[in-house]
Formats: sequence, C-alpha cells, structure tokens
Amino acid sequence: MNTDTNAAGGIFQGFVRSVVPVLLALVVSGLIMLAIGSSPTDFFAGVWKYGLTGNNWQRSLALMSPLLIVAVGLIVAFRGQLWNLGYNGQYLLGAVVASGLGPILFGVMPTALATIVVFIVAVLAGAVWSLIPAILKAHYGTNEIITSLVMSFIAVGVVNLLIKGVFKDPKVTTPQTQVISDDNLLPFIPGTQIHIGFVIAILLAVVAQFVLTRTSFGLRVDIFGASPKAARHVGLNSTWMVILLFAISSGLIAFAGSIDILGQFSYQRADWSPRYGDAVMPLVFLARFRPVAAIPFVGFYAVLATGGTLAAQQAGLNVDFLLVIVGLILLSMTITEYIGDRRRLGQSYLSPGLRSSLLRPFRNGSQRMSV
Amino acid sequence: MTTTASSDVISLRGITKAFPGVVANNNVSLDIVSGQVHCLLGENGAGKSTLISILAGMQRPDSGTVSIGGVPVDISSPKVAVDLGIGVVHQHSTLVPAFTVLENLMLGESGVMLDKTRAKQRLEELADLLGVRIDPYALTSDLGLGQQQQVEIAKAMWKGSRLLVLDEPTSMLTPQAIAHLGTSIERVKARGLAVMLVTHKLREAYAMGDCVTILRDGRSVGHITVDELASYSEQKAQDKILAAMFGDNLASVGDVASELAGAAEATREMRTFALESRPIRLELRGVSSRGSGRDIEADDISFTVREGEILGIAGIDGHGQGALSELVAGQRLASSGTVLFDGVDITRIGVRSRQQLGVRYVTDDRLHEGTIGSMSVALNLVIKRIGEHPFWRAGRIQPKAVDVEAERLIDEYDIRTPSPDTRAGTLSGGNIQKILLARELTNGARFVVVNKPTYGLDLKTVHLVRQLLIDFTAHGGSVLLLSTDLDELIELSDRVEVISRGRLVGSVVNDGVGTAEKVGQYMTGAIEGTR
Repeated sequence: MNTDTNAAGGIFQGFVRSVVPVLLALVVSGLIMLAIGSSPTDFFAGVWKYGLTGNNWQRSLALMSPLLIVAVGLIVAFRGQLWNLGYNGQYLLGAVVASGLGPILFGVMPTALATIVVFIVAVLAGAVWSLIPAILKAHYGTNEIITSLVMSFIAVGVVNLLIKGVFKDPKVTTPQTQVISDDNLLPFIPGTQIHIGFVIAILLAVVAQFVLTRTSFGLRVDIFGASPKAARHVGLNSTWMVILLFAISSGLIAFAGSIDILGQFSYQRADWSPRYGDAVMPLVFLARFRPVAAIPFVGFYAVLATGGTLAAQQAGLNVDFLLVIVGLILLSMTITEYIGDRRRLGQSYLSPGLRSSLLRPFRNGSQRMSV
Repeated sequence: MTTTASSDVISLRGITKAFPGVVANNNVSLDIVSGQVHCLLGENGAGKSTLISILAGMQRPDSGTVSIGGVPVDISSPKVAVDLGIGVVHQHSTLVPAFTVLENLMLGESGVMLDKTRAKQRLEELADLLGVRIDPYALTSDLGLGQQQQVEIAKAMWKGSRLLVLDEPTSMLTPQAIAHLGTSIERVKARGLAVMLVTHKLREAYAMGDCVTILRDGRSVGHITVDELASYSEQKAQDKILAAMFGDNLASVGDVASELAGAAEATREMRTFALESRPIRLELRGVSSRGSGRDIEADDISFTVREGEILGIAGIDGHGQGALSELVAGQRLASSGTVLFDGVDITRIGVRSRQQLGVRYVTDDRLHEGTIGSMSVALNLVIKRIGEHPFWRAGRIQPKAVDVEAERLIDEYDIRTPSPDTRAGTLSGGNIQKILLARELTNGARFVVVNKPTYGLDLKTVHLVRQLLIDFTAHGGSVLLLSTDLDELIELSDRVEVISRGRLVGSVVNDGVGTAEKVGQYMTGAIEGTR
C-alpha cells in the first residue's frame, strides 16, 4: 500500500513494530504471573512442551486453519475500513451449517460432493447474514460495528436454537448435533494428523495477499479504505464495495467455522463458541492487514493457545489468562505505535504538555517562563 | 522599530516555533502599538497563522517572549489571551449557526447565570463603537458574511480588548463589505486599540495599515514604519513590500508579482475571438441535485459553457458550489433537469463514463478527495484509470507502465517529488494540486470543473495554475471555475454567474471595468438584501 523510498528500512520498521509488542506483552504477562504467585518459567516451558514438542506441533497447525481463515476474512473488511466485529456469530453460522446440514448430506451423496455443498452453503450463510449491516452502512451510514455485533448476537441465538431444535441428535440428552463419522471428515495431510484445512488456509492467505496488493480490485479496496470521499471521486460504487467486502469477509469467517467442524470437532454443542475472532483481531493489526504476514502471528498464537491450555493449568492459572496475553499484545502495540510515530516525526517521546508540567517544579521562580 | 512610550505596546521578541519538517516562525520580533493598524503581510505558508496562534494562546512558541507594556506574559491558553485583552477574528467563522447573535457572544461567559440585559448593553456599546447595527436576536445562520464578521469582531472585543487580530478578514467579502470593514477598523483604532491585520494582499495593507511587517519562510524580512509608510507613494510602498516578500525570487516571479500579491485590481485580458460562434460544450437545464449530506444543494441551475470558455461561479463559500461541481462531475445525482455534454444527455451516467467522455473535476478537497495521501504519486496519477490498459492487464497492475506515465506527467507538470514512489501526502499543497491538474487536464480532457483551484497555494503555484487553465481553454477546453476569490474570477472568466443558497442569482459578462462591483451587488442583494 505505502511504497516508501527506503523499502528495506520500511520492512525493518514494520518488523520491529510487529515483534516488539509481542515480546513486550510476554514480559509483562510474566510479571503479572509473578505478581499473582504463578511461575512464568513453568508456564512458558509448558507452552513450549504442549504446543510444539512431540506430535503437539501438529495440533497447533490444525488449530491454525480456522484462525488463519478468520484472519483473512477480517483483513478483507478491515482494509476497506469496515469494522466487521460480527465474527463470532458468522463463525458459528458456518459451523452449524457443517454440523447440522453435514450429517444429512453425507447420508445422501458422496462425501466430496457433500463437503463442497456444505462449504458453499456455509459461505452463503455468512455472506447473507452480513447483508443487513452492509446495506445499513451503505445507505444510511449506520455504524457497522454496532450492527455487526448485534447481528452476531442474533446469530448465536439462532445457532443455539437450531442445535437444540432441528439439528439436535435425538440419541443423546445434551443438546448437540449428530457426530460426523471419521470417514466423512476432511482427510489428513499424508503422514500427519493435520487436516487439509491447513493447506486451504495457507492457500487462501496467499491468494488474498495477491488479490489485495497486485490487482485493480485490491487497489479499489485500498482507495475505499483510505478515503470513501476519494473513492466516490474516482468513480467507485461505494454501496457495492461495502456489500461485497462485508460478504467476502463474513463468508470467509463462516467458511472457517465449517472447516473447523469438518476437520476438527465433528459435532457442535449448544452454547459453544471458541471466539477465535477475539484472539485473531490484534494479530491482524500486528500483520498490518497483510494476509501473508498474518501467518507467523497466527502460528504463534496457535502454539500459545494449544500449549497454553495445559500449561496454564500446570502453572496454576486460569485458561482465560491467554486472553490477558492477547489483550496485552494489543495494549503494547498501541504504545509501540505511539512511540514509533513520535520518533519518526523527530519529536520527544513525551507529549509537550506533559513535558512542560514535569519540568515546571525544577524551574526557578526568579525567571518567568516565556513558553 | 516603532517604539512609543505607550505602556500598551505588545512586543514579540525572537519568537521561534518549529513543526516537524518546517520552521514556521524563525526569530520573529515585532511591536504592536495602540491606536495603530499593524499589517502582517506574507505568502501562504510564510508563518502568519502560526504567529496569530501564538498570540491567541493556541500554540506556544519554542523560544522567544511576548510582553505587554514591558511585562513578560505567558499566553498558555486561549483563556489567558482573552484575559489579556487579545481578541482574534479567525479567517473561518467560529460562530454557532443555530444560535442567535447574543447567544454566540455569551458563549465565553464564565458566570453561572446568563445576564442577558448586560450582554445586550455590551453589544450596543460595541455596535456603536464599530459603527454597525447588529440585531441581537437574529440567528447567526441568517446573517450575511459581512455581518457575521461584525459579530465575530464584537465577540473578539467582548471582554474589552487591547489588541484585535484580524486574520485575512477580506478573503470572503464583497467589495462593499470590505469598505464597511475599513470603516469599522478606523473606529476601533480611534478608540486607542491596537489592530493587527493579516493579509496577503498588498493593496489592503497600503489602504488600511499604518505600518507593515513582511514575513517570508517564517522570518521577518522587512518592516515599514509608520513614518515611512506615510511618506511613501503607493508605488514605492508596493515595490518595497514586493522586494521583501519575494526576495531573490522577485526576478523569477517577474511582472506577475504585483498582480499576484493583489497590488492592483484584477482585470481580464480581452479575448480576440467571439465566443458566441463557438459550439456549446456543456449545458445545464434546470438541474437540481439531491445528496444525503446536509450541505446546500444545487437548485434549478441553468447555464451553458462554450468551447474555449471559462465560466466563473462567484459566491460565498458553502452556497452550493460543492453540490454544483459534484453534479457536473457525476458524483452527485440530479433529482431533476438535464445535463447535456456536446449535445448528448449525460444526466444519468456516472463518474467513470463522464471521465472517459472528457468531463473532469479538480476538487477543492485536494488532500482527502483528490488524492490519497498514503499512496504513491504514480498511483495517484493513474487512479482514475484503474483497470484500464496499459496500466492493468488481466486485472494485474503493470508497475512499469504506471511509472512511465507518471514520469511523463511529473515532467510535464513540473511536480516536485523525490520520486514517483513517494507518498503523495508528503508533498506540498502546490505539488499535490499539480498532481490533480496533471491527471484531470490530460488524456482527452474536454471540460473541467475546478473548485477553488488556488486556495491555500503559494503565489508562484497560483500563477501556474491559472496559466494552465488559460492554456487549457486556448486548446479548445472549457472550464467551469468555482471560486470565492473575486480577483481570480475576474482575471480568468469570460462570464461570471453568482450563486447563492444553491441558486444562480445573476450573471455578469466580464468585459472590463466594474465587474467586481456588479458581482458584489448580486452577492449582497442575494444574501443581505432580500432576507
């Protein structure tokens, strides 16, 4: 998007600004663990052990697949400055299509065909669900953050109703869908236990990167994101742009849900929500909305999440501590950005007002301040 | 330096203020004396606004002192400035349109209860002082611009001013309103207040000022004392000011310097051919616009622009100029009426199709609408041709083709940029405007709408922009020029239409003397007379 004359310096800057916040967050989270009486070394050793060693790296990579697709989905919308925060509902919609429609379809048609139908219906479900926030945004300028969140709440409710109603497996008492048999699930990459959703996710990221940075469509998205006023000036149809970006974004996130069911979970319980989007969102910002750059960050989080669940228990922490780390990443990213911007402008790290009030006590009263 | 024994001299000494990448004020010193009009002259970007912000307490200098009557003061906030008796009238209105005059004036009151009776009394005092009549209960939005400015002046003097700062007060006024303003300034001066008049027009400095300080590139480069200015003829004062304003550049700017600096009344060079015989390029028949925003819409507009003609649209800012230009460019829908281009109905077709027909638009919001600051100069130059051959093939961008085209345009329009890959947002306003012109005036352009094309630009670029527009018409192009600068309209236009509240209220053929007055009458009549 921005072509700096000093490309190498730009990449270095981007690297520093992306990695420093993560390190900072890990250090601060370590300090918090110390403060609440847990051992950070135990925790991080646990993350390493359960997230990477043995066959655990395969579990981490399998987790990457929905995370990465959600990330690409968010990036598509965010690049157009459309803040699609309805990801939890969109994900669950896609998931329930797979877990509810899947068992029915697998009974009547070949696995491959049924899988493709499930994927298509899931994407469509997500895309259609996003129409309401998109149309409201395009025509009335309604804040899409609110409307997509509200639509997400409704989606969660609808999904739960479906799982407790039409899609409920009558053979078990808990409200959950029928378990899809192993031979109907997505195949593994040969020699591993990673389902091919991982390959699909990586491919999607690469394709999205190409489309967003090398094609006229990508440039249109960037123009729209940079300034809707400029987009209108150039002759872009903003209404279509909003609807299209929302549809792609939310369709992809729904796709992540369906892939997760067919690749990993094989059934869906009511009131279940992995809330991937919450964790992925800061990572997407760290990757500066570049799909390929999101791959390492998502990988990092996948290891942290896979290993962290067990490691947290071992270190005497709640599993929710993972989200504390994610929050800290977001916070330290804000700080790094602020400092980086001031440095680029050649300014002091302190804001001028803060500086003068800090210095005030040290100045002598005999000489009246002129500034 | 003018120094009198008066205790009320406001002295600025060694004021320096730097922003990232630019030193806005560099060691500026000057004295503002009671009972005098001190003119601050300089081009756009010379540092006038920064100096005012410092006086108004909105910026604090990096170094240097401000003292009043020999006592150093720290103007740390706008409130301190008001308490010290420094009142500032900014270039753009700071009044709340939905409030009455009295309510606007009482905005700054600190007490718990509003004392309307006392406020009304104070307004009467001030109106008397300024020699004007102001209705305290009129809604601000119903006032003409000249009257709004009177309210602004009253507001600035509300707490008993010692110094009245007027920032470019004439830029939006009709000739008639400028005369009123001159009278008011005389009266304020006679009451012993100091006045600082900021302008970039020489003519006004000579007519209204007692002494003059000239800023260039943030430095104070010349000062003409009260005695000197009184003894100079207008011509001599002009020469002195021009020499200071342009310095070594004077030779390169040449004859146009005085014209640019608003030294003389603008005049139009007469055309040697008859426009009436030329074919009609663009025709609007009773067109009204409909937008979603709250700005004034174009209302029942009809006019024609012929081949090679510049049609000027005069009017106070925000009276439907935006709607009209967007309507012609295709960015805004027409709710009724017909737009004809070369005899073809284009009312229903969009921006990109009009662009291909040769209808172009140089927007007034060059930073956020006309360019995308975060993108390269090269991309900005081809941004209206997205997806077109040879810059895109099968949907993929061809960086080489884009660069070749960009370098051609950068060269032709003398865009000063380190490279085509530089981000457009880092360039100066003048160079950004050149990007817009390079994009809009080339590749089959036949008609261009320009909205405030020289607003905020330095004088050399102003001249270049005007020359480009004239050249464009000389090659058969047509121009619809919307501007709030009357001098500019008179210098460039063949005819001037006056817009007010979205309607065209009068038409003046620009055939020599008196155009400004005629246009001014239409503006005053439409705005201040009838309602």
